[in-house]
Amino acid sequence: MSDQPILRVIAKMFIPFLMLFALYVQFHGDFGPGGGFQAGVIFAAALVLYALIFGTEQAKRVAHPQALQLLVAFGVLLYAGTGVAGILMGGNFLDYGALDHHDPVHGQHLGILLVELGVGITVTTVMTSTFFIFSARKKP
Amino acid sequence: MELINQHLPILQIVVPLIAAPLCIILRRRQLVWVFAVVVTWACLAMAGGLMLQVLSQGPISYHLGGWEPPWGIEYRVDAVNAFILILVSLIGAVVLLYAPASIEAELPEARASLFYTAYLLCFTGLLGMTITGDAFNVFVFLEVSSLSTYALIAMGTDRRALAASFQYLIMGTIGATFFVIGIGLLYMMTGTLNMADMAIRLQPVLATRTVLAAFAFLTVGLSLKLALFPLHLWLPNAYAYAPSVVTSFIAATATKVSVYVFLRFFYGIFGREYAFDTLHLEYFLVPLGLLGVFVASTVAVFQSNLKRLLAYSSIAQVGYMVVGIGLVSVTGLTATLVHLFNHAVMKGALFLALGCIVMRLGTVELGELRGIGKRMPVTMAAFVFGGLSLIGVPLTVGFISKWYLVSAALERGWWPVAVLVLLGSLLAVAYIWKVVETAYFHEPEGKTADATEAPLTLLLPTWILIGATLYFGATATFTAGLARAGAEALMGGLAP
Repeated sequence: MSDQPILRVIAKMFIPFLMLFALYVQFHGDFGPGGGFQAGVIFAAALVLYALIFGTEQAKRVAHPQALQLLVAFGVLLYAGTGVAGILMGGNFLDYGALDHHDPVHGQHLGILLVELGVGITVTTVMTSTFFIFSARKKP
Repeated sequence: MELINQHLPILQIVVPLIAAPLCIILRRRQLVWVFAVVVTWACLAMAGGLMLQVLSQGPISYHLGGWEPPWGIEYRVDAVNAFILILVSLIGAVVLLYAPASIEAELPEARASLFYTAYLLCFTGLLGMTITGDAFNVFVFLEVSSLSTYALIAMGTDRRALAASFQYLIMGTIGATFFVIGIGLLYMMTGTLNMADMAIRLQPVLATRTVLAAFAFLTVGLSLKLALFPLHLWLPNAYAYAPSVVTSFIAATATKVSVYVFLRFFYGIFGREYAFDTLHLEYFLVPLGLLGVFVASTVAVFQSNLKRLLAYSSIAQVGYMVVGIGLVSVTGLTATLVHLFNHAVMKGALFLALGCIVMRLGTVELGELRGIGKRMPVTMAAFVFGGLSLIGVPLTVGFISKWYLVSAALERGWWPVAVLVLLGSLLAVAYIWKVVETAYFHEPEGKTADATEAPLTLLLPTWILIGATLYFGATATFTAGLARAGAEALMGGLAP
């Protein structure tokens, strides 16, 4: 659809705001509705929109499939790693309170932030990878 | 060391969970394999450690995130699930030794590291379903293991693997949905998801229709996942077209863990009085179990594809386990639990033996295996021992299972059940003999004429499991002792 000027211009205007909104949903998730999953889906929607308008080849230069695969793994590792950090800091698995010995509430904030970031990264990359895989299928 | 011991229940799950994404990052086929082998054997060691802790100090409770149960998620290890943990991690570890040579023959190079990722995720899911003491957490891990199983089955080289995987996806999702609806209804009535707490809070409201509906949804959902006849339709194709390693792993573990969850819900949460004395679930389980034994075994006799033959045999074997559940006694549950272990070992070994044949011939169609016993004697000997165990010949684990099952039936005074169980074994003789006859009483011809014995890397894991089949068949004190301890814990229920 790269020959449609209106779509191109509107998409270019929208994509940064979509991404910004995704980041807002991600990091404001502590205080309001939202969180990693929702933010990940919105961020992936921005990438998918880009791919729809400018073509998957162009989109793959922005989000390289190999990099996506690594990030899928990284998100899970970030989540599980935060949990293990709880063990190493003297608490139980996923005990965020143990992450900051002076102020457990601060530890809880930090823990949930990291865990949700992990969720966000994995959801974004899984959604985008799935889109690339389906769009790469040969037409019958 | 102290730190590890204290966190053993969660490490059992988190180590393979972290290892799975690391496989994607490591990428190199050999490296990933070595890494995955180290992880699964470490898991086996941890399962052993948990068992020792349970035997010496009683049930272990681990609170995730430091939140006390019933508010937080609790991992609870007792005699029953420590036994299942050992079973799953033993099979996972042994089958993985077999994986590199077999997947090299059956999978494209690019998929190798993803295969290990999916395998470890499936392993994590099965261990998680077993270890958790939280009803909703069971569902989460059920999905983790199911989704990775669908991916693993779809990796089969045969194009029909995709259809088989999709069929399993649909049936498995229906099963999981029924399961989660059941949990939702229970949550509605009790306001808790912790199993032990749920068991207590369910007592005053057991007579309500909501609980009855939850009971029905859970029965159907779990029966689908454990492939109870007539909800077994997803199983034969899934086992037949998956890569050999995958078939061996899921055939030995997936349905077994579902049987465990079934036991946990009906004996643990609902309690024996409600499920069996009031609702008489046994009048549903025992006939369906026996029907499963006869129908599936008869179908197995007429199969020409050996993987399908063993898949139908698995459905029959699930039938025996369900009959054991329906006998509602310590001996009956001992029979079920010991058969979980025994069937896992022997069916794992049989599918590994078939994997050896696939590697050399590229097929397991009975018509093309004439005289294979003369060309691959070590592989076929393994198959024969596994087959003898399926039949239930003394000195194999199959005999131990049948022995407990028949004694439980007689103890209850249901002698026709005992007779039918023994008659079911005769059908196993028929389908195993069919294979033996083709393999040994024909001259090698066609593809088998220039077949050679499978490499040691495949034979060794196969024979480890066959060795276990014979060893635990000769001295059943270890397995039957653990199974009896588990059965006694189950009969007691979760509510004090």
